[in-house]
Amino acid sequence: MNIYQDIILDHYHHPHNKGKIDNPDKTIQVKNPLCGDVIEMTVLFDRNKVKEIKFSSEGCVISQASTSMLTDYAKNKSKQELKKLDSKFIIKMLGIDLGMNRIKCAVLPLEALHKLL
Amino acid sequence: MLDISSIKKQFPIFQHQPDLVYFDSTATSLKPKIVIDKIKEYYEEYSANVFRGIYPMYEKATEEFEETRSIVSEFINANKSEEIVFTRNATESLNLLAYSLGRKIIGSGDEIVTTIMEHHSNFVPWQVLAGEVGAVFKVVNINDEGYLEKNWNGIITKKTKILALTYVSNVLGTINPIKEIIEAVKKINPNVIVIVDAAQAVPHMKMDVQDLDSDFVVFSSHKMLGPTGVGVLWGKEKYLKEMYPFMYGGDMIDEVYIDRTTYKDPPHKFEAGTPAIGEVIAFKEAINFLNKVGIENIRDHEKKITNFAINKLKDTFGKSIKIYGPKNIEDRGGIISFSFGKFHPHDIAQILADSGVCVRAGHHCAMPLHTCLNVSATVRASFYIYNDESDVSRLVEGLKKVKKILK
Repeated sequence: MNIYQDIILDHYHHPHNKGKIDNPDKTIQVKNPLCGDVIEMTVLFDRNKVKEIKFSSEGCVISQASTSMLTDYAKNKSKQELKKLDSKFIIKMLGIDLGMNRIKCAVLPLEALHKLL
Repeated sequence: MLDISSIKKQFPIFQHQPDLVYFDSTATSLKPKIVIDKIKEYYEEYSANVFRGIYPMYEKATEEFEETRSIVSEFINANKSEEIVFTRNATESLNLLAYSLGRKIIGSGDEIVTTIMEHHSNFVPWQVLAGEVGAVFKVVNINDEGYLEKNWNGIITKKTKILALTYVSNVLGTINPIKEIIEAVKKINPNVIVIVDAAQAVPHMKMDVQDLDSDFVVFSSHKMLGPTGVGVLWGKEKYLKEMYPFMYGGDMIDEVYIDRTTYKDPPHKFEAGTPAIGEVIAFKEAINFLNKVGIENIRDHEKKITNFAINKLKDTFGKSIKIYGPKNIEDRGGIISFSFGKFHPHDIAQILADSGVCVRAGHHCAMPLHTCLNVSATVRASFYIYNDESDVSRLVEGLKKVKKILK
């Protein structure tokens, strides 16, 4: 199956939640040195829930689209809920069949999100 | 001129994947049937260990094993076959040198010199060694066109013990003028030991270790049509004799007592434990194959196809493609690393893979070089005896598809 589906490309070309929160509760940067992907993520909590989340990144289509979709999903979710997410969730969220090597690109934003919680 | 279609017929992988365009021989080459058959022959007909039994099958295995050593020795024009040590790969050969030679001769304040274009395997062992013993780790830079800086006078000093450098860059394709470099370096300090990583050179161009006057040369079987699991360390006998053993155990000892052990002479001193016997035996068939095709013909073919590919890529994509490394084809092996538009190398490689074109994306185990080039990753296409111009056209079509899909 072609991984470059319209929905993936749409998130890549027009990413949601791109940018930086002015007064974030926490900021984190994660890297995948093998391909040079970098994601910086900022978050603002409302008590136990994600109120706002934004990112800036450099990377491939998969990592960009995955970050865009994951930050959409994370809004208004509780920390406990988000801590439970794993790579299986990411694959389901993207809806594409990723090989062993590309899965690392897809789960990089999850690593960032978990570090923010 | 190589007859590519008749060469391809001798590689069974093209029967299984007739549309395969394989541009990743820099990572590992494909294998001809003659090599695969030889491995099978060993396992089916005389799969004994080497250097121990006294029955016919063991003798056959040992003879076949040692014959490879002689053929390797002739192939690179070594002085004698005792200078050929079998390891697992070029990486292990370099690590062996860092342990057995480096830890013997390098002390606090000494200098180890390497270059920014090295594969991690010829960079990290020396960086770690320098850190351990308090030596100075010097890294020679490159200019904008991917050539090494020539100012050896400013780099090599009386304190330099080792210069470790690559013959051909696995990213830029740059062919370093090793003979000239060795001459220049030894003029400044004749005691510098020069270690040449020839993993990307020996499969593609004539290697004469005596003419080069290097002290050590390393390479891997699997990048030159041979099996995986076999590397070569060639070294001048006088150094091999002085060096510490690398690993201790079977086959490398002479006598063992409760309080002391003596070791065999090189090369066996460095070959502890049962080696990759079938793979070493089959390695000679790879060399025989290369000799039959002719190493000069291979170099000519790679020059032609590399030149064709560079021109075609530039004509088709203009400024949106950036090719790294020397412009002069005489100074370049069959390797093209490039950036393409704003597209990420992983996406490019993925879309090419979907069209049956295998390229590599990433930093190709040369992260310091990519940092120096100011990119986190590149796409690399590399050529060998089974690639022709129609493969290059498939690459170009694939890149057009990348542009179409990702816009």
